[in-house]
Amino acid sequence: MRCMQKENAPRVEDYSGRVPEHKAVENLADLPDDVKEASHLAGIEPSEKGRSGSFFQIDQSVICARSSQDGVEVMSIEHALNKHSWMKDYYWKAVDADKDEYTRSLKTGPVKGYFLRTHPGVETIHPLQSCLFMERDGIAQKVHNIIIAEEGSHLHIITGCAVHARVRGGIHVGISEFYIKKNASVTFTMVHNWGEDLHVRPRSVAHVEEGGTFISNYICMKPVKSLQMYPTTRLLGRGARASYSSIVLGRNDSVIDIGSRVLLEAPETSAESVARAVARDRSRIFARGHLVGHVPGIKAHLECRGLILSPEAVIHAVPELEARRENLEMSHEAAVGKIAEKEILYLMSRGLSEDEATSAIIRGFLKVDIEGLPPKLAAEVRKLTEMEMSI
Amino acid sequence: MVKEILKIENLQLDIDGRGIFKGLNLTVKEGERLVLFGPNGAGKSSLIYAILGFPEYRIKSGRIIFKGKDIAAMTVNERVGLGLGASFQLPPPIRGIKLNEMLKICDNSITSKKIKSMSRGMKMEEFLDRDVNLGFSGGESKRSELLQLLAQQPELALFDEPDSGVDVENVGLVGDTINSFLKSRTGIVITHQGYILQFIKATRGCVLYNGEIICYGDPVKILHAIKKKGYAGCAACKKRMHQE
Repeated sequence: MRCMQKENAPRVEDYSGRVPEHKAVENLADLPDDVKEASHLAGIEPSEKGRSGSFFQIDQSVICARSSQDGVEVMSIEHALNKHSWMKDYYWKAVDADKDEYTRSLKTGPVKGYFLRTHPGVETIHPLQSCLFMERDGIAQKVHNIIIAEEGSHLHIITGCAVHARVRGGIHVGISEFYIKKNASVTFTMVHNWGEDLHVRPRSVAHVEEGGTFISNYICMKPVKSLQMYPTTRLLGRGARASYSSIVLGRNDSVIDIGSRVLLEAPETSAESVARAVARDRSRIFARGHLVGHVPGIKAHLECRGLILSPEAVIHAVPELEARRENLEMSHEAAVGKIAEKEILYLMSRGLSEDEATSAIIRGFLKVDIEGLPPKLAAEVRKLTEMEMSI
Repeated sequence: MVKEILKIENLQLDIDGRGIFKGLNLTVKEGERLVLFGPNGAGKSSLIYAILGFPEYRIKSGRIIFKGKDIAAMTVNERVGLGLGASFQLPPPIRGIKLNEMLKICDNSITSKKIKSMSRGMKMEEFLDRDVNLGFSGGESKRSELLQLLAQQPELALFDEPDSGVDVENVGLVGDTINSFLKSRTGIVITHQGYILQFIKATRGCVLYNGEIICYGDPVKILHAIKKKGYAGCAACKKRMHQE
């Protein structure tokens, strides 16, 4: 039960279809309407209003990368590797390139993906946005992203993944390496809107130094063929903090295996992981969490709640706490079940119909207070979940 | 002539294969404030659930007539739409639905100004932004229930033990609120201990015992009798008071 059955694991080389080049655009507003619309549903603002910078990649072409704020860098990873000689200290330094066949598939060959960085003491005025878009059917999209928040800086990112309606099959492999320096913070909100026949394998590791904070929010409401990821954060400096929130809706035949892992390696570090999973149709959701306490005095809490809305759906919650020292505070709560009838009846006794009551309960269930989002972004995220739930 | 708002005839319930009530009869007239006494386990709450139409409380025989209609085939929300409403003894917590939103569900045209003043009156202002019933104390959820009923404005309000778990300081508030709320409508108040009768001017009392209503009469006199001799003594009472 460690992962999804091996024999179902997709192979990157099966998606070696020719990848076409896409032309760069001056503004995201110049993108075709269908691309704009699909990316908008993944939280991307094509008008670029309320964003301090944008990165947009279609298939394997970076078509836009720019920042509108001093001290904030937005560029392709290729560009960054050429520009900054010190990139070798970051590239493949958090994620192990030999971890599995997916990381190995990115070891060689042309590198695509984004590079985002805030200079020391700089705070993004508006969030940066980055979109990884798949337009061609049957290809492998491979990206390697590096995110650096220099000392005392604060970086907000919203990243959306989306596919064109014509895409039937394909695989997306994404390496993301986060470096959060002393007293810096990164708020990373990721919306996944993949297609029904897509395999998705993100591999991400964050390093957080003294007093730093990493907030990672994840939303996946659309069907996907298979999605497997176990993003990991290493809290390396005193007082560092990590917070993971995820909202996942399993639909149709989706197989979703997600978790978050935090290694608390320094004194006074703390971690929180909150997951909400709703399984419909014949979907299977594995909701994992793994918190590892390496030093005394750390605090960590794991929470997973699952709602089963179909007799053919499965939710498998796997919360793990690993304490390696005495005198630490680690806890978890997990609850999986169907909607309680007494809650439905209670709402009906206040005047809602059975259907209205059911959707009110599901909406409420998914209403996780997502930390660290600017109010406007929080409202957008809320709108996205509401929109998906109403379908 | 005062109209009957609720008429229960020869009611027997089936709760998961278990029979309850031996043909219960109860009539409530418009404007009445009826107090329903009864020992623990007598089926007082079951009666409320049956009137509301909770599916688990299946009608095996008999009828429930509300405002002249047999409501047996109606869903809970249809009955509520017709003018029924209840405050529950142990309402379930619902994550992600705040008390504030519940009040809007109860009355979809309610203004935030009204929510504010109503909740201040019930000393529930600071709970508006909390998930309904989640971590509420017994007394807090009673006040929250009452607040929701005030917003809902049912013609016939059913109160299930509105005073149990409420601290001494707030019993008066709960009692007075129910009393003034019922001035212009009909209500059935379930009480086990009868403490709340100090505040509610009930027009009639009755006792549910051993599956039937065994006594009707002056609620204060009934309460005294129960306190003196217990429910068993009440059942053995020779001079059973009868309706009208």
